[in-house]
Amino acid sequence: MLGLLFVTFFIGRVMPVDPVLSIVGERATKEIYEAAYLELGLDKPLFVQFFYYLRDVVQGDFGTSLRTGFPVSGDIIRVFPATMELATLGTLIGVFIGVPLGVVAAVRRGTWIDQFARVAALIGYSMPIFWLGLIGLLVLYGILGWVGGPGRLDIYYEDIVPTVTGMILVDSALDGNWEIFRNALSHIILPASLLGYYSLAYISRMTRSFMLEQLSAEYVITARVKGLSEREVIWKHVFSNIKVQLITVIALSYAGLLEGSVLTEIIFAWPGIGSYITTSLLSADMNAVMGGTVVVGLVFVCLNIFSDLLYKFFDPRAK
Amino acid sequence: MSVSDPPNQGLRAWLLTDAPSSRRHARLAAWYQGWLSFRANPMTMIGFAILLFLVFIAAFAPWLAPHDPFAQDLAARLQPPGSENYILGSDGLGRDILSRLMYGSRITLYIVTLVVIIAPVAGLLVGTVAGYAGGWADVVLMRITDIFLAFPRLVLALAFVAALGAGIENAVLAISLTAWPPYARIARAETLTFRNSDFIHAVRLQGAGALRIITRHIWPLCVSSLVVRVTLDMAGIILAAAGLGFLGLGAQPPTPEWGAMISEGRRFILDHWWVATMPGLAIFTVSLAFNLLGDGLRDVLDPKEGSN
Repeated sequence: MLGLLFVTFFIGRVMPVDPVLSIVGERATKEIYEAAYLELGLDKPLFVQFFYYLRDVVQGDFGTSLRTGFPVSGDIIRVFPATMELATLGTLIGVFIGVPLGVVAAVRRGTWIDQFARVAALIGYSMPIFWLGLIGLLVLYGILGWVGGPGRLDIYYEDIVPTVTGMILVDSALDGNWEIFRNALSHIILPASLLGYYSLAYISRMTRSFMLEQLSAEYVITARVKGLSEREVIWKHVFSNIKVQLITVIALSYAGLLEGSVLTEIIFAWPGIGSYITTSLLSADMNAVMGGTVVVGLVFVCLNIFSDLLYKFFDPRAK
Repeated sequence: MSVSDPPNQGLRAWLLTDAPSSRRHARLAAWYQGWLSFRANPMTMIGFAILLFLVFIAAFAPWLAPHDPFAQDLAARLQPPGSENYILGSDGLGRDILSRLMYGSRITLYIVTLVVIIAPVAGLLVGTVAGYAGGWADVVLMRITDIFLAFPRLVLALAFVAALGAGIENAVLAISLTAWPPYARIARAETLTFRNSDFIHAVRLQGAGALRIITRHIWPLCVSSLVVRVTLDMAGIILAAAGLGFLGLGAQPPTPEWGAMISEGRRFILDHWWVATMPGLAIFTVSLAFNLLGDGLRDVLDPKEGSN
């Protein structure tokens, strides 16, 4: 984690952008420039600067975003729920379709359904997601009008629901405002399905190979000899054994989506952490980039720890 | 490969023999058997054929392309596919999309080749040194690897490109920087399984130094698992390069890079769908081909992880 902070900090300092210049502007006098330079602590050695940065970060202070003019931590709290909403829905789609698909593909190995799962996964791996998003928008929104367009809501629905969690689907449901809920759903469904398809490809392949590994184990034969029905063998015996490995896979894919699927967010004008970091980066707003990257790294580490804990919970041997 | 061809038959038998007469013979036989099982999978062959086709187009783009990829013709802008002179239509500046795709295949291959040379070699170096040396070198190198792994890949690549400036070479560097950690992990894991095996001890007793052991005895053993991983990653590399191009951080206009072409076509997407669709299809086809090939290669080179 410390290393992560250091690398972000280092990248931020190596950037060929003068942080002073972007604050005071091109036409500032020499005195103002010097004052800002000292105020930012840029005269101190790099190591001391890093120490100051570390101290601030521990207190939850990532500095002020030059682009938006707000504290970075506030910005992140505002944009993160959008990403979380999208990633959660995407992962749910991936899990609820990917896991059964992987199980069936393993059990009916070599049949058309296995081939279908394999091809579907390969296409998912190979698809440039930003392009699929564009085409999806073109066909489903532009031509057919079945889904909402870019953004999280239609413009005349914005800022009506009180913000509780920041996730519009949850907020509008809490508020009982089903019209907005429907509208938000029509906006999120396309990007979430795209992300869902992507994680589905990964999850179904991993499920299949875990299942195959277990199906050749001897306890499966024992269970069958005992006369258990095929359904019981598969779901009760085999599936319980792959559950633990699956958790790690799902956590990884969830983390991947939470890290901000930058391209998807940009295509759909989704105000999440991925597009926040990217736009900040393009406008050389290093405080925001560093803050965003640190938070994303933090989320990644936390999810890893969380999946380790779940691992211990589900697998008695790991204790 | 007709059966009635006697010399071919002889060569086949020679290649499939159980008792190779020399080291070279054994190696050729192994290659041939790999090729046979490789060929047996139609999906893999499709991927292989697509890639051969791509290389062919990239190599002969100047002769194959019907138009100059940079020649603008504003009178013939946004022609739909199938119109006269423009098989796949023309873009917003009246440039022929088919010709641009053909020239773009050179850029794609260029990026993939460079990344594939840089990233696995860097990973191999870090991984084998960490695995063989052990101790604090292992800890330090693997921590660094973990740090790079914890970053979101595209964001890290974006940050590097933003720091280095946009352009193809910098995009290659940025993608390589984000791509090496998994290779380092694989190489380290492989090294750990070999480092205490008898043949390494034997070489060491003969007086070989660490450098010689790593380069001559450990690297060759890591290569096959790395090759599989690289082929499977190539699709990801293409997608990452296209993503950078799409964001305007990869190849710069008017270079006909596929991702940048999608981004140019994005403006016209609602009325002139083909401008963005065609390069997307090209990216998809090529990365699908790499995935098909990688799947097949895994079955050949790494039977224990193969899907069948």
